[in-house]
Amino acid sequence: MATREVSAMLYSLIKLIRRKPINRKCWCKEQSASDCQTNAVRCTDRPTLHEHMQDLTLEELTRYSRHLILPEVGLEGQRRLKNGRVLVVGTGGLGSPVALYLAAAGVGTLGIVDFDIVDETNLQRQIIHGTNDLLRPKIASARDRISDINPHIKIVSFETKIDSGNAIKIIKDFDVVVDGTDNFATRYLLNDACVLLDKPNVYGSVFRFEGQASVFHSNGGPCLRCLYPSPPPAGLVPTCSEGGVLGVLPGIIGCIQANEAIKLLLNDGETLSGRFLVFDAWKMKFRELKLFKDPQCPICGEHPTITELIDYEEFCGLKRHDNDIPVESITATDLKAIIDNEPETVQIIDIREPHEIAMGMLPRSRAIPFGQVVRRKEEFDPKLLNVFICKLGVRSELAIRALKQAGFEGRIANLKDGTNAWAADVDHSVVTY
Amino acid sequence: MAITIQLPTALRTFTDGLSEVSVEAATIDEALRQLTKNYADLKRHLFDDSDKLRSFVNVYLNDEDIRSQNGVGTALKQGDTVMLIPAIAGGR
Repeated sequence: MATREVSAMLYSLIKLIRRKPINRKCWCKEQSASDCQTNAVRCTDRPTLHEHMQDLTLEELTRYSRHLILPEVGLEGQRRLKNGRVLVVGTGGLGSPVALYLAAAGVGTLGIVDFDIVDETNLQRQIIHGTNDLLRPKIASARDRISDINPHIKIVSFETKIDSGNAIKIIKDFDVVVDGTDNFATRYLLNDACVLLDKPNVYGSVFRFEGQASVFHSNGGPCLRCLYPSPPPAGLVPTCSEGGVLGVLPGIIGCIQANEAIKLLLNDGETLSGRFLVFDAWKMKFRELKLFKDPQCPICGEHPTITELIDYEEFCGLKRHDNDIPVESITATDLKAIIDNEPETVQIIDIREPHEIAMGMLPRSRAIPFGQVVRRKEEFDPKLLNVFICKLGVRSELAIRALKQAGFEGRIANLKDGTNAWAADVDHSVVTY
Repeated sequence: MAITIQLPTALRTFTDGLSEVSVEAATIDEALRQLTKNYADLKRHLFDDSDKLRSFVNVYLNDEDIRSQNGVGTALKQGDTVMLIPAIAGGR
């Protein structure tokens, strides 16, 4: 009852304030918002947010009061948020805070895309999911949490992997896209789809202690391809599951993304468009770098050569090519047999980092970290079978390729699926992490 | 002249964990060659098979992108800071 009275008072107060002339710029930035509402010639930029805008209910006025008393947001801004549609791709480390804050802020239509299941290793940073959600689809768990935070908003869920075939259809009805994905192929896909559909794309990415954020293709600003024309070749860079990530880091970068998405909906403030923000969580340093639009950009430049979505797995080199350096692979049980029967023929090289090795080593193995393999190539005996091992067998394969490229001609094999496979198939006392 | 190269976490694996490395160089190209000579494992991360700087690694000289200057030919002066920023993709 009391809350309703407060809401009613607030509503009357806001109506009073609204009678005063507000010197607010319209979307088009050419004329004030009030002119735009009354002029015979209306700006055509984003007309949907001018007309047919839904009003806020009394309950919503109370809920968003801290926004309403900010002159930069106010009633008009909150209505824009309510009528705004944001697509959050991925409900992981980045997508969690993005979805939570956008929901709380009152973004009226929130699209979420994910195809994954909640597992225990997610909970260190993916704060939209909880322990009770283990093994549930992330989309279901995210949906429950979002509607608990804000039952007034509409959630559109896409339980699918976004790809070249469905991206346009998924994105086209949203005003802003937030990239919370975890791989280069999807990031370039989202970039290209947003340029083709003329939508702003709020970018964020993390690795270990480092975060990056920007706003791409906002009002014709630079895009991901202007920043990085192409991704690293497949297999050159370890992923988060191998390289690790500080749990709070995607929280910080995701909050920055949510902040940018809100300003894009409000069409006010200064976004990261044309700026590239780099964050080092370990040193607590933010750096801002200028980002220029590349006139030669193949998708947003003066003469675009990409006019429709392409095959992004191919573009990122994820489809194996014949000219790849072949790498011999050995299973944990086969390696165990060699160690037991002919130990003098094999040299086991553990390329994991010292803190990983501290969790336990395989018998007869020797530690040479990933980052020193090429420099120390003289230490590998070309007459023996050199078996490279790591946690999952991915980094060790990269190390083998680097060593072969550096001219090592002895026999090298990769322990398939790494120490985790050894733990599963040979020795259960070895730690899986 | 002595300049400082700053490395992001993703590349520190190859520089014995160092976040800054000092080298003597007159251009960006010389600085990166010197760096990869000292840390051979870093080379294939910075240069592709045809020995060109990789397009997923951006180089900033005192916070300015070298692409808006003279590329890898950009001249250096004593005390300059060169920052390497590769694309990263993590998000889950």
